Amino acid sequence: MGKSSATSKDAQALFHSLRSAYAATPTNLKIIDLYVIFAVATALIQVVYVALVGSFPFNSFLSGVLSCVGTAVLAVCLRIQVNKENKEFKDLPPERAFADFVLCNLVLHLVIMNFLG
Amino acid sequence: MARYLGFLILLVSISSICVSASIFYPISDAHRSAASEIFTFSGASLEATYEALATSGVLGVVVNADVKTSTCKSLIDTLSSPTTTLKDLFFGLRVNRLLTCELSDADFMAISARIRDSIKSADSLLDFYYSIGSLVDIKGQTSEADVTLENADGIFRSIKALSQSDGKWRYSSNNPESSTYAAGIALETLGGVVYLASSQIDEYLISTVKNDIMKLFDSVEKYDDGAYYFDEKLVDASSHHGPLSASSSVVRGLTTFATVTSANLNLPGDKISGLAKFFLGIGVPGNAKDLYYQIDALACLESNSVLIPLIQSLQSTVISHTRNDKIKVKVTTVLGSAAPALSVKLMQVFSAGSKDASIIDQELTFDSENGIYILEALPESVDVGKYIFVFEIVLHDAEHKKIYATGGRTKVPIFVTGVMQVDNAKIAVLDSDLGSVETQKKLSFDGQNSVSLSANHLQKLRISFQLSTPLGNAFNPHQAFLKLTHETKVEHIFMVGSSGKQFTVVLDFLGLVEKFYYLSGRYEIQLTVGDAVMENSFIQALGHVELDLPEPPEKATRPPPQSVDPLLRYGPRDEITHIFRTPEKLPRQEVSLAFSGLVLLPFIGFLVGLIWLGVNLKSFPTSTVPATFAILFHVGIGAILFLYALFWIKLDLFTTLKALGFLGIFLMFVGHRTLSHIAATSAKLKSA
Repeated sequence: MGKSSATSKDAQALFHSLRSAYAATPTNLKIIDLYVIFAVATALIQVVYVALVGSFPFNSFLSGVLSCVGTAVLAVCLRIQVNKENKEFKDLPPERAFADFVLCNLVLHLVIMNFLG
Repeated sequence: MARYLGFLILLVSISSICVSASIFYPISDAHRSAASEIFTFSGASLEATYEALATSGVLGVVVNADVKTSTCKSLIDTLSSPTTTLKDLFFGLRVNRLLTCELSDADFMAISARIRDSIKSADSLLDFYYSIGSLVDIKGQTSEADVTLENADGIFRSIKALSQSDGKWRYSSNNPESSTYAAGIALETLGGVVYLASSQIDEYLISTVKNDIMKLFDSVEKYDDGAYYFDEKLVDASSHHGPLSASSSVVRGLTTFATVTSANLNLPGDKISGLAKFFLGIGVPGNAKDLYYQIDALACLESNSVLIPLIQSLQSTVISHTRNDKIKVKVTTVLGSAAPALSVKLMQVFSAGSKDASIIDQELTFDSENGIYILEALPESVDVGKYIFVFEIVLHDAEHKKIYATGGRTKVPIFVTGVMQVDNAKIAVLDSDLGSVETQKKLSFDGQNSVSLSANHLQKLRISFQLSTPLGNAFNPHQAFLKLTHETKVEHIFMVGSSGKQFTVVLDFLGLVEKFYYLSGRYEIQLTVGDAVMENSFIQALGHVELDLPEPPEKATRPPPQSVDPLLRYGPRDEITHIFRTPEKLPRQEVSLAFSGLVLLPFIGFLVGLIWLGVNLKSFPTSTVPATFAILFHVGIGAILFLYALFWIKLDLFTTLKALGFLGIFLMFVGHRTLSHIAATSAKLKSA
C-alpha cells in the first residue's frame, strides 16, 4: 500500500515536472506538436474504422493512414530542424525548413490522392 | 465382331491356298481408241512411225491420208540418201511396206546392194538384224532387186555364235552379258536368213536353234493367275527392256522362225496360252511403245504355225440366283476373231469357304447366233456367295489340237447374289424376371412399320427374325445391327446375334441404364441387315419405344455432345450470361458517415488547440508587396489542394501533373519571395 502511494506520488511529481518543462517550449514548437497529435489521432480513428468494417478498399485505407503518418513524420522533421536548441541545424533558417515541409507534404499528398482510388 | 474377323482370316488364307482366278479379255475397242489417241506421227522417228503404223494396221484403225503423204515424202528422201544408217533403212523399208509409198526399183536395188556390202563386215547382232530384216522387206516389195545371200550358212553360224547356253543371246562378241530381248531378235534374224538363203541351211543348225528355243522356254516365268512371261535381267543403259518387250520380242522371233523353217517345235500349250494371257492381262497400256509391243506380240500369236491360243472370257461374273441369270462364256482368239468348233464344259465348282470342290462335268449350250456358250442352270450345290468355276475347252476336231492351244482349265471367279428370305419377324417387350412377354408385335421388313412400345428399366426388348438363302440354307450377313436413337440424337448400336437361321437381339435395360446415360424418353428403333450377296439388304425403321429409366445419380456420365449441323455454325449461339464477381460486403452507410464525421473531430481539436495556444498573425507582412506575395503563397497552396481534390474526383494523373507543374512553379516563386522576406525580417529583428 505504501509502495503504490509512493509510486503514485512519484508519478505525479514526474508528471508535474514534465508539464512545467513543456510549458517552457516555444509556441511554434507547440503548434507543430499539436499538428502531430492531430495527424496521429486521425490515423487511429481510421484504423478503428477498418477494424470494425473490414478492409475492403484496402488501397483507400492505406492511403488514408499513410497520409496521416507521413505528414506526422514530416512535421517531426520540421520540429527537429526548427528547434533552436538543436545544434545540428544551427545554420538552417527555419523558413527554409518550412518550405521543405510544404513541398514534401505536397508531393506526399499527390501520391496519396493517386492511391486513394 | 470376332466372328467377322475369323471369316476375314479364313478368306485370306483360302485365297492364298487356291490358285488365284482371273479373267482375260481379248482385244477390244478400248485398245482401238487408245491407239488412235496415243500415236502421234508428227516429228516421230522412223522407228516410232513404224510402230504406230503397224499397231494401227493390226487394230484396224485408219491412218489419216495427209499423214500418209507427208510420211511418204520424207521417207523417199531418207531411203534414197546414201548416208542413211542401217537402222533407219530397216524401219524405213518397213514403213514403206505398210504405206506402199512410190519407191522406185532403182532405189531398191541401190539399197540392197549397199546392205549386202555391209553384211560382209557386220559383226554385232543388231547389224545383222537390220540388214537381214531390210533384205526380207525388199524381197517382199519388189522382185527386181537381188537379195539372195550367198554366205547364208556363214551368217547363220556367226549369229548362232552369239547364243548362250541358257537360250539367251549376246548383242556382240565383245559384250559378255546376254539378254532375252536379244534372243527374240536373233530368232527373227535367223528366220530371215533361212528365208533369204539361196541354198538349204544345214538341218543340224536349225535343230540347234530349236534347242535354244526350248532352253529359253525353260526359263519362262509365271504369275499366279496362269500368265507366262520372259523377264529381262540385263540392265542396259542404252535401251530399257522389261518383261513386256522381252516377251514380245521372243514371241515375234519364235513365230517368225517357226513359220520359215516349218519346224515342229512341240512347245507346251499352257505356256503359249500363258504368254497370250500375259499380253492380254496388261489391259490397255498408256504409252506408244508398250501398246506396240502388246499388239505386235498378239498379232504374232493370232495366226502362227506353233499354236494359236484361245481365250475364254465371260460377259458378267456377278450372277443373280433369284433372277436365274445364266453364265455366258465367249471363246475367241487373242485379237477377237472366231474360234473353231469346240465345246465348253464346266468341270468343277470351288466354294470360297471350303477347300474341296464338287465335280460337275456339265456341257454349256452353244448359242450360234451370238457365238456364246451358255450355262443353262447353276449346279444344285451353288447357293449365294463367292465361287470359282472351272471351265475347260474341248476341241471338236482332233487335228485342231495341233493348231490351237486351249489353255487347259480356266478358273473364273463367280459371285452369286440372291434375294434372302426374311421370315417370322417379331418385336417384344419382356418382363425380366419371368421372361414372360408383355407386348409382342409382328414386323414385316418390306413395308412400313411403326410399332409403338413402352418399357421401363426392369424389362427387356427382344427383336427376332429368320434369315435364309434362296436354297433355304442358313445365312450370316456382314451387317446385322439394331440402332436406338434418342430424341436428343444420342445413338446406341447393338449387334444382332444368330444361331443357324434364327437372329435374335435382346436388350436388357437393367444393364444398359448407364450406357444410355439415364436418358428417358422416346427412342426410335432401326434395324439394318446387309451383305454383298444379299440383293434385298435393308435399313428399316421399326417404330419407337418409350423408355422409362431412373434418374441419373450425381456422378453419372453425361451423353457425348452431338455433332453440330454445319449449316448452323454461323447462326446465333446461346446467350452467355455473365457471372459477375460477388461484390464485397460493404458496411452500412450510416456507419461510414458516422466515421467520416468522427475523422473531422481531430481537425476541430487542432483548431481549438491552436486558439488555446494563442496563435496570432502578427508577423504577417503589412506592406503591400510582401503582403501580396504572402497572400498569393497561401492562395497557391490552397489551389494545389483544390487540384488534388479535383484529381480525386475526376481528373487523371497526366492532367493533374500538368496543372501541378504550373502551380508548383508559381508557388515556388511566390513562396521563395515570401519566406525570404520573412527570413530577412526576422534576421533584422535578431540583429536589432
